[in-house]
Amino acid sequence: MRLRTNVDAAPGRSPRQAIPFLLPALVVLAALVLYPLVYSLIRSFFDARGDEFVGLSNYVDTFTDPRTLTAFRNNVIWVVVAPAAVTGLGLIFAVLTERIRWATAFRLVLFMPMAISLFASGIIFRLVYEEDPNQGIVNAAAVGVHDVFSPASQYPGARPREGYAATEAGFTAARPSRAGEVITLPLIGFSPQDVPAQALPASVPSAGDGELRGVVWLDVSVGGKAGSVDPTERGLPGVAVEAVREGKVVARTTTGDDGRFTFPDLARGEVVVRLPSSNFTLPFRGLTWLGPSLITPVIISSWIWIMTGFAITFIAAGLSAIPRDALEAARVDGATEWQVFRRVTIPLLSPVLLVVFVTLVINVLKIFELVFVIAPGSVQEEANVLALQMWQVSFGTGGDQGAGSALAVILFLLVAPAMLFNIRRFRRERS
Amino acid sequence: MRKQFIALLALAAAAGTGACSGGAAGTSAQDLKGQTVEVVGPWTGDEQKNFEKVLAEFTSKTGAEVKYTPAGDELPTVLQTRISGGTPPNVALIAQPGLVAQFAKANALKPVNADVEKAVTDHNAAVWKKLGSVDGKLYGFTFKTANKSAFWYSEKAFKQVGATPPATWDDLVKTSKAISETGLAAVAVGGADGWTLTDWFENVYLRTAGPENYDKLAKHEIPWTDPSVRKALEELAKLWGEPTLVAGGALQTEFPKSVINVFGEPPTAAMVFEADFVASVISTNTKAKVGQDAKFFPFPSVAGSKDAVVAGGDMAVQFKDDKATTELMKFLASPESGQIWAGLGGFLSPNKDIPSSAYPDDVTKDLAKRVVDAGDNVRFDMSDLAPAAFGGTKGAGEWKDLQDFLADPKNVDGIMQRLEANAVKAYGK
Repeated sequence: MRLRTNVDAAPGRSPRQAIPFLLPALVVLAALVLYPLVYSLIRSFFDARGDEFVGLSNYVDTFTDPRTLTAFRNNVIWVVVAPAAVTGLGLIFAVLTERIRWATAFRLVLFMPMAISLFASGIIFRLVYEEDPNQGIVNAAAVGVHDVFSPASQYPGARPREGYAATEAGFTAARPSRAGEVITLPLIGFSPQDVPAQALPASVPSAGDGELRGVVWLDVSVGGKAGSVDPTERGLPGVAVEAVREGKVVARTTTGDDGRFTFPDLARGEVVVRLPSSNFTLPFRGLTWLGPSLITPVIISSWIWIMTGFAITFIAAGLSAIPRDALEAARVDGATEWQVFRRVTIPLLSPVLLVVFVTLVINVLKIFELVFVIAPGSVQEEANVLALQMWQVSFGTGGDQGAGSALAVILFLLVAPAMLFNIRRFRRERS
Repeated sequence: MRKQFIALLALAAAAGTGACSGGAAGTSAQDLKGQTVEVVGPWTGDEQKNFEKVLAEFTSKTGAEVKYTPAGDELPTVLQTRISGGTPPNVALIAQPGLVAQFAKANALKPVNADVEKAVTDHNAAVWKKLGSVDGKLYGFTFKTANKSAFWYSEKAFKQVGATPPATWDDLVKTSKAISETGLAAVAVGGADGWTLTDWFENVYLRTAGPENYDKLAKHEIPWTDPSVRKALEELAKLWGEPTLVAGGALQTEFPKSVINVFGEPPTAAMVFEADFVASVISTNTKAKVGQDAKFFPFPSVAGSKDAVVAGGDMAVQFKDDKATTELMKFLASPESGQIWAGLGGFLSPNKDIPSSAYPDDVTKDLAKRVVDAGDNVRFDMSDLAPAAFGGTKGAGEWKDLQDFLADPKNVDGIMQRLEANAVKAYGK
């Protein structure tokens, strides 16, 4: 190419002219992007102190460390599940909200989580999934629904003091008894304050001819003797008691307000007394959402909540750019709404969907704050992801910035293909 | 304004003649005027205000200006950066003895002056001097300490079964079982935070294995597969291994929550073990009154062990050795400085010459007395002595291994092997 004499007439054609103008940007770029990038790469070949060249050993350590492997595994789960879910949900909401009246208001609400910092969202979800139903709303809902269908037992957690074996059916006496005997059945593991108001002081019934009698009471009091009915101890009303013979329940009764029960007409022979477990089932407390098995799905769900608004906004913008006549033509040709959506809308939207998806993949690979905030310390290892592991290795645990840099380089290599893809796409669109 | 200044001057003069006769022979009031000393410490909020009152006293005594920079939990990073940048503060208060040793070995610290050393020797048990020494030279002393050997209990829950504070570990297990009969869990454990669990272990280990083994294990001179570790874990399992004794969901419970579980409404447990700072969690988060509804008993003796205390603390060290810096170190090492903060509350000192009347209430008095009385049986928190990769990382090393132990207290052997493997990696030997 020949240079014209008048450079101003063709600005940008001369590299010599361009350099001074590009220089400030180049310097900033070099200082803030290129230098850290190259330095991290170099640093990753050195040991923790930074003065001994160790070759690839940081990378070898990284790929053999079980913590890092867990982080890899979790990152794979994240990449497979999260971006697809968010893109799908975004598409559904964008298409649905297009038709309704208050579309903008609706989208605004869905977009709002984006305005909250990831850190704050993390704290919100940490509380949402709290195990204690009095604090965590998810477990509160679960407990509420559960209790409608199977109400809580009367004496949750109570248990006989001794001499009874815990079986599936309930607490079964170790020794058999027969008519004419008196059974004393002390229970513990229950607060005296929670005993029903109608309960009366307990006392041992006298033996009855041909009857098996007994008393069930709460053997808990200050200075009380274990296993004996003390003056302040009250009977437990409404406890179901069963008499079992050869595996079959032959009689069933419940205790009175003083805790006494009677099996009036047991035939001759021995029976085993059993307290069915329905008396003592612990109240349903919901699930351990923040435990090791559910922690990654829980964090992903909160990320979906945050990012769906982002996907909706982009996809809705793409939707409004679709030529209406294409949709109309399909409808005129007799296509159903589903067919229009499937065969016309989605193909026309696919460039937007792809960009959204790839952006989300990049975002997911870098996920850090949510995991850091939501996972309690006890399950942080199970919830670990690469970015968090990188931070912990470099700064959290005595500062091995060599290994940390190695992780950073690996993370960069994972993100790079997605970045390149996006850049090429933008370029093609522009041309 | 002027009146106030004169009053302050008078006060300073009085204090100067009264208490500082030990070291500061040549320092009459105000002769360091115009000099500035910078102090970096971990305290923020109320603690910052209280510490600044201590520093104000120094200013009024000597005339030297003191600038306090709070660095919070990021203190190690802040100091590291400032040392690399060539602008260290004059004095820093560091909670990790390992970091002090690291700075001392890098020649960033100045050994303390002879007067300060004398004050440290005079006012503290020998164990504290040892803690501040690196390669035979004294670099610092513990200014503020934490008594990490306290069981806090709900008076109400204890009354319900007529229990009294147990003196031995077996009694503790017995009392716990009695409490569990009332349907309440005996102890709340803040297992989501790993450091509470290391404190549990350290207290039991210090008692079952003795201070010598404790020192060895802290330096990893004996392995974590040592029989003494097994013994401690087995004792711990006597309590942790009974599902009715430990409040449910311990691994999802953070430390403040574990305190609220005992003293809040409704309570789910009767006791919580941790340091003196539980008291401040109780008073800010619950209606319970410390000393009335919430009391403490010292960590019980295990198998006849003597009184011992696991302590944490912030060590004062100096990066410069000009006159004003040395004077400030001297002031911080004297009982006088600690006495000011002690009166303001939320402060314990290993300094045995701070009169117990300086502390504002009986509970604090007792907590401070136990640290002083344990004398050379005080040991610094082992996990703070260990490399951070082992003793101070969320979800890794000792923290994670003890969390796994809490989840499955039967697995003593497996946990010991994991602890040893992680320790080998972190200590590099």
